[in-house]
Amino acid sequence: MRSIRYTDVAVIGGGPAGLAAALAARRAGAEHVTILERNHELGGILQQCIHNGFGLHRFKEELTGPEYAYRFIPQVEADPNIHVYLNTMVLSLTPTKEITAIHPDHGLVKLKAKAVVLAMGCRERTRGALTIPGTRPAGIYTAGTAQRFVNMEGYMPGKRVVILGSGDIGLIMARRFTLEGAKVEAVVEIMPYPAGLARNIAQCLEDFNIPLYLSSTVTMIHGKDRVEGVTVSQVDDNWCPIAGTERYIPCDTLLLSVGLIPENELSQTAGVPLDPRTGGPVVDEKRETLVSGIFACGNVLHVHDLVDYVSEEAEIAGEEAARHALRETADEAGSGRDGGQQLALKPGSNLRYVLPQRITAGAEVDLYMRVSHPMDAVTLTLSGVTLAKKRQVRPSEMLKIRLKAQHWESLFQAGKAPGQELLVAAEPSA
Amino acid sequence: MAIDTQTDQGFYRRMTCIVCPTGCLLEVRKDADGKLSITGFQCRRGEMYAENEVLNPKRVLTTTVRIRNASLPLLPVRTSDAIPKELLAEAMRVLAQVEVTAPVKTGDAILANLLDTGVDVIASRDMKRIDGAA
Repeated sequence: MRSIRYTDVAVIGGGPAGLAAALAARRAGAEHVTILERNHELGGILQQCIHNGFGLHRFKEELTGPEYAYRFIPQVEADPNIHVYLNTMVLSLTPTKEITAIHPDHGLVKLKAKAVVLAMGCRERTRGALTIPGTRPAGIYTAGTAQRFVNMEGYMPGKRVVILGSGDIGLIMARRFTLEGAKVEAVVEIMPYPAGLARNIAQCLEDFNIPLYLSSTVTMIHGKDRVEGVTVSQVDDNWCPIAGTERYIPCDTLLLSVGLIPENELSQTAGVPLDPRTGGPVVDEKRETLVSGIFACGNVLHVHDLVDYVSEEAEIAGEEAARHALRETADEAGSGRDGGQQLALKPGSNLRYVLPQRITAGAEVDLYMRVSHPMDAVTLTLSGVTLAKKRQVRPSEMLKIRLKAQHWESLFQAGKAPGQELLVAAEPSA
Repeated sequence: MAIDTQTDQGFYRRMTCIVCPTGCLLEVRKDADGKLSITGFQCRRGEMYAENEVLNPKRVLTTTVRIRNASLPLLPVRTSDAIPKELLAEAMRVLAQVEVTAPVKTGDAILANLLDTGVDVIASRDMKRIDGAA
């Protein structure tokens, strides 16, 4: 390391969130933006998601993952004031926004930023987190790892596959394996309803007659060197296997599609407080974390089902990071942040989480939220004020609801004021 | 779940719309005269999907072909439009024989008129030429 480099906005991660944040930061006036990406190319996970269905909201088109990424990558590459460091692993981030990274040519690099956007994405939950009994043979993969092998590296992980978990990546991989000539024996889901989108159940499983076993799980993995089969059992309401329901399914591969975890080790080195419900940082409507000048967006903040919303959220974070950097340049850092004007948002009845977790009184913004259980005919309320009505809500589909001036009027009339808590709830419509 | 019911009065099918993430539950009824009535959709594209799904189901195929002189051995591709569902397996066999050479640009035609469908197979990302790569 020779010296410390300086930048206005440092974006950690060059996936969909990082790309949109960097472009938005430039549009909002940041002079110098730096993207730090650990892979050899930009685009993040989109590059391995070769299926279509991306961008329907944003571009009104059904794009594949790489195509979606290429709506952003050329713009980033064409901007001489966005500096992209590839093959670069960020090792630490301080609360004063100093980044330490390693780069194959420059070695250890220190970068001082006026604002930082966290856009590191998430990673997959592994077998270790599930405690499935049985042996430790080869042939057990997370769905995303298998996706990278099949779609980018050119390897087929196996020929007879069982998929545990009905998350979207698992469903997409069920179709992908089938098209590539493997036999997908079953998708097994512990909950009584699928974790993935209904359209993926239809076009990835039903199209290929792949059975989906609900309220079931893998209770044993068989095989010494290589997976030879799995035992699948039905579970009761407490997820306990029901004796007598075991069935043996021969297979050589077990894929796990059992959830994603925001990757926040770096956020924690900067002392960024996390929300245990999302696994990501606590943020306000600007997507600013509780550490001034550090912003977060995309799957590092909360796991999204649609990349369109990742881009949207990243643009908020990028724009606000640029504003923060400009204020710091004008030597009045922090003047725009007034935590005293904020209210806390908390999830209430049938809500798993709501984002942002803090909100400035009167701010007209979109609230992102996810329910805990499927429910029909639902009214979404904010401390008793009706926000929206929905025909149906499902945990697999993130809800986006606009908080408008009229809602604030009702809240203020009800005596709600900065410093207080607001409770978001999903209740049966009267 | 797609459910087909054949009755004396005609044909009835329930299905999940795959046009967008909303995943509407569609219902199609075909009366004895062959007239279709579709309910459950929230947009025009959903209505069209239901009709096609009963008359001539089609899907966009996304897969990969081999590529030489690139940083990766595979190039992601897709059909430029939906093709009949029953041709998916055959299309996979055809594309397994295809090999291209970098550089490739997003949207480049990789194979014209796939299985006489009038639909092309196009690249869905850029791949730079890397000399010395396999």
